[in-house]
Amino acid sequence: MTFIALIPLFPLIGFLINGLGYGKISKTAVPWIGTGASLLSFVCVLLAYLNFKETAIIVNLFDWISIAGLNVGFSFQLDQLSIIMLFVITGVGTLIHLYSAGYMSHDEGYGKFFAYLNLFLFSMILLVLGGNYLMMFIGWEGVGLCSYLLIGFWNKNTDYANAARKAFIMNRIGDVGFLIGIFLILQNFGTLEYLEVFEKAKAFHVGDGIIVAITMALFVGAMGKSAQIPLFTWLPDAMAGPTPVSALIHAATMVTSGIYMIVRSNVLYTLSPFTLEFIAWIGLATALLGATIGLFQNDIKKVLAYSTVSQLGYMFLGLGVMAYSSGLFHVITHAFFKALLFLGAGSVIHAMSDDQDIRNMGGLWSKIKITAITFLVGTIAISGIPPFSGFFSKDEILAHVFEHNKIMWALGMLGSFMTAFYMFRLFFVTFKGSFRGTEEQKHHLHESPKSMTTPLIVLAVLSAIGGFIGFPEVFHLPHRLNEFLSPIFENSRLVNSSFGVVHISHNLELILMGASVLVAVISILFAYMVFGNGKNVPVADSEVVGLKKLVYNKYYIDELYNKVFVGPISAISFFFANVIDKKLIDKIVNSVGEGVNFSSKKIKELQVGVTGSYILFMTLGILLLVLYQFGPSLLSTFNLLQNK
Amino acid sequence: MLTLLLLIVPLIAGLFLLLNKSKSNFTPVVYIGIAVQLAIFVYAFINFKSNPSLLNFDKAWLPDFAIRFHLGLDGLSILMVGLSVVLVSLILLAVKGLKYENMSHLLGLIFLTQAALIGVFSAKDIFLFYFFFELALVPVYLIANFWGGENSSKITFKMLIYTVFGSLFMLVSFIFLYMRGQSSDIDSLRVTVTLLPNAIKQVLFWGLLLAFAIKMPVFPFHTWLPDAYSQSPTPATMLLSGLLSKMGVYGLIRILLPFAPDGINNYGGIVITLAIIGLIYGSIIAIKQSEIKRLIAYSSFAHMGLMAATVLTLSVSGMQGAIFQMVAHGFNAVGLFYIAKLIFEKTGSRNLAQLGGMTQTAPKLSIMFMIVLLGSIGLPLTNGFIGEFLMLKSVFDFNTILGVIAGLSVIFGAVYMLRFFQKTMFGPLSESATEISDIGSKELAILIPIAIVVIVTGVFPNLILNVSGTFVNTLTNLVR
Repeated sequence: MTFIALIPLFPLIGFLINGLGYGKISKTAVPWIGTGASLLSFVCVLLAYLNFKETAIIVNLFDWISIAGLNVGFSFQLDQLSIIMLFVITGVGTLIHLYSAGYMSHDEGYGKFFAYLNLFLFSMILLVLGGNYLMMFIGWEGVGLCSYLLIGFWNKNTDYANAARKAFIMNRIGDVGFLIGIFLILQNFGTLEYLEVFEKAKAFHVGDGIIVAITMALFVGAMGKSAQIPLFTWLPDAMAGPTPVSALIHAATMVTSGIYMIVRSNVLYTLSPFTLEFIAWIGLATALLGATIGLFQNDIKKVLAYSTVSQLGYMFLGLGVMAYSSGLFHVITHAFFKALLFLGAGSVIHAMSDDQDIRNMGGLWSKIKITAITFLVGTIAISGIPPFSGFFSKDEILAHVFEHNKIMWALGMLGSFMTAFYMFRLFFVTFKGSFRGTEEQKHHLHESPKSMTTPLIVLAVLSAIGGFIGFPEVFHLPHRLNEFLSPIFENSRLVNSSFGVVHISHNLELILMGASVLVAVISILFAYMVFGNGKNVPVADSEVVGLKKLVYNKYYIDELYNKVFVGPISAISFFFANVIDKKLIDKIVNSVGEGVNFSSKKIKELQVGVTGSYILFMTLGILLLVLYQFGPSLLSTFNLLQNK
Repeated sequence: MLTLLLLIVPLIAGLFLLLNKSKSNFTPVVYIGIAVQLAIFVYAFINFKSNPSLLNFDKAWLPDFAIRFHLGLDGLSILMVGLSVVLVSLILLAVKGLKYENMSHLLGLIFLTQAALIGVFSAKDIFLFYFFFELALVPVYLIANFWGGENSSKITFKMLIYTVFGSLFMLVSFIFLYMRGQSSDIDSLRVTVTLLPNAIKQVLFWGLLLAFAIKMPVFPFHTWLPDAYSQSPTPATMLLSGLLSKMGVYGLIRILLPFAPDGINNYGGIVITLAIIGLIYGSIIAIKQSEIKRLIAYSSFAHMGLMAATVLTLSVSGMQGAIFQMVAHGFNAVGLFYIAKLIFEKTGSRNLAQLGGMTQTAPKLSIMFMIVLLGSIGLPLTNGFIGEFLMLKSVFDFNTILGVIAGLSVIFGAVYMLRFFQKTMFGPLSESATEISDIGSKELAILIPIAIVVIVTGVFPNLILNVSGTFVNTLTNLVR
């Protein structure tokens, strides 16, 4: 099975060819190389899956870091979890490469773009295929770099370059948490290889402090990478990147790394209910925060970005209630429908001559039919209408949440309501009514080329039927995903008896399902009443007032961070450089130097030949000698006298 | 014998270039010097494990005092000598391609620095070590003095006095040890040290530490550095940041650890804390620097702080990490200062506010810059990550809170380096530089080897870790 090393190798080769040959390779060859590398990788995943038999396969390519007491291999681990992730990454990845061939064809940095995309695939594959935590960290930081390069792809624009930098730095904050988690694992387990760590973890008790520390530290990493409160503000800004990047990196794959990490480490998290509870609340809060902001955004990509933040929150909510496979299920379906929605948005933007404001759109349904229909499929899927894919995964999460905590469930339903609303608002305002853009835009409206619509259609089909990999138990149909993933959670079952036990009766399950469908339908109707006729258009920015203004401006969280972190650090930097360094430390150093100078001058004066000063010093010297000799006895005599 | 050759070749080349009168025909000497050096080193490296006696040289130097001219290479030395050979070669070629007056003399002084560095890194006798340790600064001082601006000579003089001041304490300590042990051999003095009274051991620790702490430098002995690095001409800065600073870390490992382990057990925590303060302090200052050489200077200072701290944790990972990072940082710092110089030559500015958009006009430069930057901020699969990972781990194992604080440097590093990159490379093209050209093969000949080192040693760090492994294991067993 050494050939699984080919899975990351193809994108790496693609990166090298398109990267080193940038400017020399013809424009027709570039997308073939890039997409081909991704496709070959997908084929390898398929072969690996077909040859896979239940037990994890470890391939150690070489010893990476070896010192006394620590040996980290450059190793891969192929198992059920990595196979699922690899399918999503290379599958959706290939479609997005194909789409980019059309979408980016007018860009001068065409070759560079494909090189970066391939480099991203390489890193992302390392992340999910690595056999130990340090391998995951290679991918973890690698995808961060690619995200930086791709957000800042049009870096002539300073805002875009700033967005790229912000993304990298916020991710790095998370990465430090991840690193600390790695150090803690090393301290307590002496190894970073997954299988060894999880084997040793079985010796710990539920709630052990060490495990809590490890899982919390690792989760900080997940907050950064998967845009959870408080490290989520980079993701909406990341929309500065070309739209295929938003679809691939900032919706389907990279941002779900945090979920992958937790599912991978499920035994550790199962051992730490405290961390799980924390994750559930963070996830829920992020889901609601993202959804509320999404209600009022007018940039088509921003709506989708906040929707992603919100959906990622749902995934963490699921993980937090130990519904690991449901969280992963939502990763898969979300990859389908969110990639579809982003690519659809890209197609709309393409048609709109690069305008992203939905207030300028309207009535696009008839103009770009394929885009519109596929976009509608994605919208239904995310809203949770059966039998579309989003329904199955979201419903599964919410069912587990209901069992865990009713309040959480109710809040989760509220989020569902908002999700369906902002998505259909987006859909109606964009596609219904009449066109509100300029004459020039109207003249230019056109459906996208085949290379772009084909991925849309494929993803629409997947969004529609993708949920069938996991039917709810009540239907007595197989849940293939759970069956396949089951071995991954073997250790969790061993360490915590409450793992995987379901108390919900089939009747209740049906009621919950009905409730969530009902909520979605009401929400859609509500959205239809407000925006369905296509005449009610969101107002201009200046007219947004009150509470709505607060939400529209994303609760001013960016401004808050600037006040609390960026500003003070700048001030401290100036203070250190100009006051402590120059006025304090360097002053002392210089005065020591001057002191030496000064005393040497003074000492010189001792020998200038003036008899008077000689006599003075001689007398002083004698006095000191006398004091030294007799001082103590004089003092004690004096004391004696006083006591009398 | 080979080690002596490694030392003599640059000495001869250097003297020849210094005495050279004609302006044009010194080029072959430079190339031959570099080629011969590299050839000898490769040969020495191949024979390092199988035939170590080939690397040894031992002759009476001051026979009346039993002081010997004793050179030798162990796992640590051979890496540092290798770094000196390769890096100075790159510096020579880089400087040769830049515009300087009296090129022959300048290159001659760089060769002489190299000879002194090789002396420091291979000396087995304390006085020989001291001799080279002091000697190394002289040619650099001369470079700064004659090729730098008006300010430069004043600032480098301060550096000279400061470090000589520190070294005096080391000299006093050495003389004391020599009188006690009746020997100046580094290996045999280890025994002498264990017999000293406790109070003297503690004094010895501070005496030896000061010299190295100033040289690296460690907080708060660093105030000579920002001025010296930013005001000196680039050749001097590259030598200082890439190599001379490493003499300090090397001294800690070679001299302080075996000679004052008790002092480290007592006071190590204080010094480690200071060094970590320096790491964060330097990183935070770098965030707001707008002069690019100053920015790299503070970043360099911050990196050195971490190395100092981890060596004193007396752990395998700390020492392996620091040794690895010495090599990595050597290349990265030289790369960054070279890039800063190229930016200056193309735009006439070192001020971030006046720069921008260079990816459009100089894409090759920006790619090279990006690779060196990634090494510098320690992205996995680059050389910077390996050292940083091992070092941070050692600090974390030493003290959790210090480890977390040190971890923050990972964030700050990204903040100031990405700002540096963005303000020079991204954004609209700056008005002051509308017609700049990309770098050519001359510059790529320097930057591509550095980029290769950044990636290859990041992917295969064991190439370096295996060389120093035995040395580090022996030393840690000895001092713990």
